[in-house]
Amino acid sequence: MTAHAEKAAAFVANDARMHWHDTAVWHIRTKRDKASSAVPEWEELRTQAAALKAHTISRLAEYLEAFERNAVRLGAVVHWASTPAEHNAAVLSILEKRGVKRLVKSKSMLTEECHLNDFLEKHGVEVIDTDLGERIVQLAKEPPSHIVMPAIHKKREEIGELFHEHLKTEAGASDPKYLTEAARGHLREKFLAAEAGLTGVNFAVAETGGFVVCTNEGNADLGVSLPPIHIACMGVEKLVARAADLAVFLRLLARSGTGQPVTTYTSHFHGPRPGGELHLVIVDNGRSALLASETHRRALSCIRCGACMNTCPVYRRSGGFSYDATVPGPIGSVLAPSREPERYAGLPFASSLCGSCDDVCPVKIDLHQQLLAWRHELSARRLTPAPKRLAARLGSFVLRRPWLYNLLGFFGRAALRWTPRGLLARLAGPWGRQRELPPGPRRSFRAELRRRRAGA
Amino acid sequence: MPAREDILSALRVAAPKPVPRPAPLTGTLVFADPVAQFSQMLGEVGGACVRVPSEDGLRAAVAGLAVIGSAKKVASLVPEAHPGNVHLAAIDDPHALASVDVAVVRGEFGVAENGAVWVPGAALGPRRALLFVCQHLVLVVDPGLVVNTLHEAYARLRFDGPGFGCFVSGPSKTADIEQALVIGAHGARSATVFLVG
Repeated sequence: MTAHAEKAAAFVANDARMHWHDTAVWHIRTKRDKASSAVPEWEELRTQAAALKAHTISRLAEYLEAFERNAVRLGAVVHWASTPAEHNAAVLSILEKRGVKRLVKSKSMLTEECHLNDFLEKHGVEVIDTDLGERIVQLAKEPPSHIVMPAIHKKREEIGELFHEHLKTEAGASDPKYLTEAARGHLREKFLAAEAGLTGVNFAVAETGGFVVCTNEGNADLGVSLPPIHIACMGVEKLVARAADLAVFLRLLARSGTGQPVTTYTSHFHGPRPGGELHLVIVDNGRSALLASETHRRALSCIRCGACMNTCPVYRRSGGFSYDATVPGPIGSVLAPSREPERYAGLPFASSLCGSCDDVCPVKIDLHQQLLAWRHELSARRLTPAPKRLAARLGSFVLRRPWLYNLLGFFGRAALRWTPRGLLARLAGPWGRQRELPPGPRRSFRAELRRRRAGA
Repeated sequence: MPAREDILSALRVAAPKPVPRPAPLTGTLVFADPVAQFSQMLGEVGGACVRVPSEDGLRAAVAGLAVIGSAKKVASLVPEAHPGNVHLAAIDDPHALASVDVAVVRGEFGVAENGAVWVPGAALGPRRALLFVCQHLVLVVDPGLVVNTLHEAYARLRFDGPGFGCFVSGPSKTADIEQALVIGAHGARSATVFLVG
């Protein structure tokens, strides 16, 4: 079994909890459907977003230079990092030079990818995640299990216990309103005590040198409007060419992600605030390699809305942790193997290739095609299990020889009729574990069709 | 700066043939009554829209808000809506804004499709924390301009210098605990938008 299948097996072992997770995540998908159907030009928007991304990505170096030039003109300091280590060192150096020991952070999947929190804590910086979901998983010492709803895997009672231990809420209290209020009080103190704030970047605009951060809680804005230092971390792919392009992406982002018409706060930062500092850290970490792949470069268009996770029958029933990657779900299964093919060779198989992710993706990434392409590539590089490759080779051999196919069909039908079911299930291997083989038909499909046509 | 050159040259080498920029989207959503749509959307995202015919009505309507009635500290950047009792000009450190109960701030226009109001940072100056740190937010849009979509919104906006601006759509909220919607996460617990005229 692949690593994903093993972890998923543990997740589905608790049937009630698996269904609870499935229902919770599907609920977001239905909200997304309602929000998207309220926009008559939804499909045109998706097409436009895909075209804008394809354009920007094809001239990324040029747009990055323009963005840097304009950001610097507005008073920002731009740092570049090829690797997570360089990214973390850049952030630490900014903090150390100013003697910052207390940092508040809003959600940034990039800093998760770089494992920034651990690194800064080792160097004596207190790092507080301020998005409620992220604070919950930080207190639980877990990574996020979903990119938009980091604590979607946790039940209110578990969060209540966690808050009782760390925030001194009443024992046994699990009312979301009460717990949120407690977190508000706790994090207000952290916001007011912070010496610097760090955010991700949803979109950076080449022509203006500004960038946009979207939140519902207002945590990003509090984190960077109280302390004087703002550090914003972004992957190279976050660029759009013009401010007008933001309209297309913002109309799609929240509707796709949570079913909201837009996030509560959509903040546009152009340079530091008066008397403050703004640092931008621009990170590659494998993105240029992804750009070089003709098959997979479209994955760079991702705007991290999470819609593909919410619709995915595998994600919903196996949970984010089963992927063991920073970004789970269909897009995560496309991104992870490009960075660490050996470790993540199993992820492209964590899909039924149903294509539902393609249908909801706001930037029209051909996710299921990409997963299929990864299966080919990883098999060609012998990174998939040998039995799987052997089975595929055998299948290919047989399917190219109709006479052999017919012959094996004859034996297969007989075997299905005469072999005891218990033995059949064992012969079917892992495939047979959750599946019942059909009763063996007397004739092949072709023979049956011929018979019926002759009779008609 | 080796990383910069490495990244840019890697991206140049990896780049596909330039893909042309698509023509702008046309035929985007237009509402029969954008103001009514704005009001409805703002309600759906947990905010409230109040229409007042004139500035006189505005003052009375703001004074009549429950959150104003119970507020100890009101910081107002819109004197014609509420005089306020926090001397903002004397505050240099945004941390001093943490005790503000209600902030009254000017918005530039509303967006019908999502209930958002564009709040230009210029009005806030160095005290933009006010918009997020206050317990309750009152936004005044005068004259009560509402555009249909974000496309129309960006057609109005110019980003040609340093500055801050924010679309605010309703009060701060979260659904991070079991998808249960809770209003008042870190920012404002309520958001009331006054459209004047």
